[in-house]
Amino acid sequence: MSYRYKIGCSLENLKGIRDFVRKSLKGHVVSEVELNEIVLALDEMCSNLMIHAHHCNPDHSLELSIDVPQKDKLIFEISDDGEMFDINRFSEPELGSLIQEKRKGGLGIRLVKSIMDEVEYLQRNGRNICRLSKRVG
Amino acid sequence: MVQIRRLQEEGAEILAVVGEIDASSSIELDLAIAKAVGEGVKRILIDCSALEYISSAGLGVFMSYIEEFRDKNIHMVLFGMKEKVANTFNILGLADLLHIRPSKQEAKKLINELSL
Repeated sequence: MSYRYKIGCSLENLKGIRDFVRKSLKGHVVSEVELNEIVLALDEMCSNLMIHAHHCNPDHSLELSIDVPQKDKLIFEISDDGEMFDINRFSEPELGSLIQEKRKGGLGIRLVKSIMDEVEYLQRNGRNICRLSKRVG
Repeated sequence: MVQIRRLQEEGAEILAVVGEIDASSSIELDLAIAKAVGEGVKRILIDCSALEYISSAGLGVFMSYIEEFRDKNIHMVLFGMKEKVANTFNILGLADLLHIRPSKQEAKKLINELSL
């Protein structure tokens, strides 16, 4: 099974992304907690891309696809043609320093890395692809 | 996407967060807390029983007040989280940095103790 969703880079559209993921994974992910984690990780990845690579320009778009190659494995790909925003290059801030600096960011990357099993980047047909994979069940 | 309802109960301010908090709506939460703080509120209870979803943007709002609250002797306790929402806080270990209780009763008890 595979599912595909294309959306403009506006933060208002994050809700649509979450609904798409919930709907697509219905039947593939049983636990509500696990489903929420996956929704969260994809929301974080898409909002990071919208903000940092596309400066929330609604004319730019990104595409999310979900592939279920086997019962217990999910593969997500987020593709866009903006600047590459590789979360593996960002060090995760310490929780303590987040409080000190009152920074309202940096937590998202930590969430994604905790939730997903793998985060890798590749290029295909001139587009950036971020591929995330997760074992479930 | 998110609605924040405010009510007073026994000397504490309750902010009930209804719906979903993400990068586009976290500002609403920030404004509601800032408003209460601006009015001199010292005890803030956050009712999360109708909170369906929170992303790092919302978590960041709570985190951003920790130091200010310490300096101003303001206390905040969150309560009533659904399991999936509590899990988001737990992934980052935020339960150690914020005060979180299962029920409103327990949250009130804790905030009264903290305010002594």
